[in-house]
Amino acid sequence: MEREAVKKMKEGKDDVLDIVDTTIDMGKYVDAVRDPGAGAISTFIGTTRDTFQNKEVIELQYEAYKPMAILELKKICTLARSKWSLIGIAVAHRLGTVPIGEESVFIAVSSVHRKDSLDACQFIIDELKARVPIWKKEVYSNGEVWKENAEFLQRAQVRS
Amino acid sequence: METDDGQQAGAPVDGAMMDKNKVVRVKVLLFARARELVGRSQVDLAVKEGATTAECVAELTKQFPALEIMRNSVVVALNFDYVTEPVMVKEGDEMAIIPPISGG
Repeated sequence: MEREAVKKMKEGKDDVLDIVDTTIDMGKYVDAVRDPGAGAISTFIGTTRDTFQNKEVIELQYEAYKPMAILELKKICTLARSKWSLIGIAVAHRLGTVPIGEESVFIAVSSVHRKDSLDACQFIIDELKARVPIWKKEVYSNGEVWKENAEFLQRAQVRS
Repeated sequence: METDDGQQAGAPVDGAMMDKNKVVRVKVLLFARARELVGRSQVDLAVKEGATTAECVAELTKQFPALEIMRNSVVVALNFDYVTEPVMVKEGDEMAIIPPISGG
């Protein structure tokens, strides 16, 4: 029993990766990484902005290649765990129409010491923007645009 | 390495197994702007056996010329993995056309 507990602590908690169609329940994901052994929980909240280059954004629409998005998130978690000492990782991304000012993405990471979870949290959002197949369309009063993450374009240059 | 009749071993064996008339069917998924340009989220593509992901993209663009404008900006995923160079497709593979992503 004791050995199991030590093993569990070394391996950390299972990653919680969700793609949801409704409001992100942030408390649920914080609780998913909460742990008696954790001295820190770091979070990142991505919210939808109301303007882009002085144009008023009316709404944002997200879509995903769901099975691949989950697999890519899983790879990012594995990479993060190889770089930092982490206990729990939870990532949730919202799809469909997201009203202005609401959460589109939420990340929670727990660790024994804060530096690991803070650094990992930044790494996870940067990697998500570079490789997780999710798309966002901004709808303006006079048109719409599919956005393109700079992080993806930089990596695509390396790919080709 | 050469065999008695002077043929190189390896590649010709694969080649012999390949039937030029045989087709493989690949499920192609389209997202975001690519989906809007084609007007469909899925296309069942038939290509010659031995065709690569790059040849699938070429065939898809031939069938849906609207895709031409984003041909240089899309990347391809085969069975849920990004491909960095052309890979031969197999019957039943799932190929995804990935326009520049914008998650987050």
